[in-house]
Amino acid sequence: MSEGKMKTGDLLLSVRDLKVVYTSAGATVEAVNGVSLDIKRGESLGLVGETGAGKTTIAKAIIGVLPDPPAKILNGEIILQDSDLLKLPEKEMRKVRGKKISMIFQDPMTALNPLLTVGDQIAEVVSLHESVSKKEAMNKAMEMLEMVGIPADRYAEFPHQFSGGMKQRVVIAIALACNPELLLADEPTTALDVTIQAQVMEMISVLQKKLNTSMLLITHDLGVVAESCDNVAVIYAGEIVEYASKEDLFLDPAHPYTLGLFGSLPSLTGDVDRLTPIPGLPPDPENLPDGCSFHPRCRYAAEECKHGSVPFKEVSPDHFVHCHMCHCEKEV
Amino acid sequence: MANTLIEAKNLKQYFNTPRGKLHAVDDVSFSIEKGTTMGVVGESGCGKSTLGRTMIHLLESTGGQILFDGEDITKVNKKQLIKLREEMQIIFQDPFSSLNPRMTVSETVTEPLLLSKRFSKKEAEERADEIMNTVGLSARLWNSYPHELDGGRRQRIGVARAIALNPSFVVCDEPVSALDVSIQAQILNLMQDLQEEKDLTYMFITHDLSVVRHISQNICVMYLGQMVETSPSKELFRQPLHPYTKALLSAIPSTDVRHKKERILLKGELVSPVDPKPGCRFAARCNYACDRCHEPQKLEKVSPGHFVSCCRVNEIN
Repeated sequence: MSEGKMKTGDLLLSVRDLKVVYTSAGATVEAVNGVSLDIKRGESLGLVGETGAGKTTIAKAIIGVLPDPPAKILNGEIILQDSDLLKLPEKEMRKVRGKKISMIFQDPMTALNPLLTVGDQIAEVVSLHESVSKKEAMNKAMEMLEMVGIPADRYAEFPHQFSGGMKQRVVIAIALACNPELLLADEPTTALDVTIQAQVMEMISVLQKKLNTSMLLITHDLGVVAESCDNVAVIYAGEIVEYASKEDLFLDPAHPYTLGLFGSLPSLTGDVDRLTPIPGLPPDPENLPDGCSFHPRCRYAAEECKHGSVPFKEVSPDHFVHCHMCHCEKEV
Repeated sequence: MANTLIEAKNLKQYFNTPRGKLHAVDDVSFSIEKGTTMGVVGESGCGKSTLGRTMIHLLESTGGQILFDGEDITKVNKKQLIKLREEMQIIFQDPFSSLNPRMTVSETVTEPLLLSKRFSKKEAEERADEIMNTVGLSARLWNSYPHELDGGRRQRIGVARAIALNPSFVVCDEPVSALDVSIQAQILNLMQDLQEEKDLTYMFITHDLSVVRHISQNICVMYLGQMVETSPSKELFRQPLHPYTKALLSAIPSTDVRHKKERILLKGELVSPVDPKPGCRFAARCNYACDRCHEPQKLEKVSPGHFVSCCRVNEIN
C-alpha cells in the first residue's frame, strides 16, 4: 500500500484497537471504540471531530493521564518504539511524559502554574528529564523562550503578565524543551484570536520541522488541519470513519460524515443560500446505535448499515473509509 | 437612508477602571437597514460585545447617539425602556450561562410574554408553544431544564426567548461560537429563516469570518474600540482596504490544500485601551504606519457603502 500520498518514514507510534469507557453511577460511556492509527517520524496527523467524539480521550490515553476511575482502558496497545505504553508501570511512564511524548492542552489560561515564573516552569521539565545542573536548565529555558519568540529577559515573569497567545507559546516551550519525539496538541489555538492563532500555528510548524517532531493535532477546525497536517483521521462516536492524506480528504472526501462536515461550513469564497447541516444530533455515547454509529443521520443509510460490523475499505491507495456504502477498490 | 432601522452616531462607551478610563467603544458610527444583517467582527477586546449591549441599553452609553426608527433613544427613562425592550432583544453567546438553570423551557419562553402584561397565562402558553415550534424545539421539551439539553437546543431556547415579543431588532452576540460545526449550521439556517419570515434586523457579532460572510449583508471591522472599516460583505472579502482587515483575513486558515496561503503576520502586541493616545490604535502593529497615523482618523467613503478609517488608504491600495 505504498502508492498512496501518505508520508512515508519510520513508524514512531502505533495505536491498535483502543477501547476506552467512562463509568459512573452505573452508566457506561463508550468514549473510544476500537481506534487504530499510526504516526510516522516527522509526520503531522490531524484528528478531526466534534465535541464528545473521543479525540481528547485518545490523546490522554497515549500520554497516560486518563483518570482511572472513571476512565477504563478495556482493550488496545499503544506502541512507541517497540514498547507498549499501556503495559508500562507509572514509574517508567513518567520518564516518557515530557521527554518522549509531550502534550499541549486547549486552554493556555489554566495550563500554567500561576505561582511559578514562566522560566522556572520550562526549566522544571528540563531538570526532571535531563541530568543537568540548575544553571544549565535555566539556560535551556531561556533558549526555549527565544525559540518561541519571547525575549529571554522575561524569564522571571509570571503567567498573568502575559497575553493568551504568549501563554500558549510558553506552554509550547515547556512541551518542546526536551525535544520529544511526539507532540500531542489538543486544540492548541481554539482559545486564541485568529491573528494570534496564525502566529502560533506558524511557530509550531517551524519548530516541528526543525526538531523533526511528530505531531498529533486535535482540532475541530478543518482550516487548521489543511494548513498544518500531512494526514487526517476523522473521528465520530469514538471511531475513525475516514483516514487519508490531507489532499485526499479535502479533494475527495468519502465518508458521509466527512461530507456532512464540509457541507456545514460557511465558505469564504463560494456562495450558498443555506448551509446543509447534518440532520439530528451526535449519538448518546451511553447508548450508541447498532451497526454504524452514523446511520441514523446518514442519507445513504441502507439496511446493512443498521446492524453488525462495518468494514474498513480502501477507496484509493492509503485512503480508508469505515462505511458500507462507499465505493471502494477493495475491502481491507 | 430611507429604510434605516437603527443608527449609531459617534457612539462612545468608556469604563472607569482603577488604572484609568477604558475606551471600550470609541466614536463608532453606522446604520443598519431594516430586514438586513450587519456583522461586527474583530478579535477579543475590540469592543464588539460592548457595542452590541450599548445599542440595546444593557449598558448606558457614555457619549454619542443611538437612533431607532428615526427617534433618538440615547437616553430613555424606565417607562420608555420597557416599551423599547419589546423591539430590541439579544441572543447571548453561551447557551449554558445565559439560561436560568431553574426555569424550564416553557417558563423561559413565557417569561417575556408575561412581563409585557399583554398576555394572560393561557395566551402566553399558546404563544410559547407556537414559538417553540418555530425554532424547532419539540413540544415534549416543555418541562425540560437547560441542563438536560445539549448546546444546540439550549441556543434554540435563547432564540425563542429573543423573538417571543416579535422584536424588530436582535443583537446576536456570538450566537454560534460555542456550538459544534454541524449544530452551528442548523442554528444559522434557523436565524436566516426567521429573518425572512419576520423581517428581522440583526446585528451579528462574531470573530468567525466565514460565518459573518455567510450571514451578513454588511460588515463592520473593529479594532480596540475603533471602527476601522465597514463595507458590504462580499466586497470586504474581495477587496479589504484597511491594513488590519487585510491582516485579519489573511490569518484565517484556508481549506484550500492546493495553494499555500500568503499570510500577513502582525508584529507586536495590542496597545492598551486605557487612556489611549489619539490616532489609530492599530498603528503600533501596522506595516504602513506613518506620522499622520497619530492624528485622529476619519471614516472616509471609498465606494458606495464602503468606508475606511485610514489616512493612507489610497496609497496602500
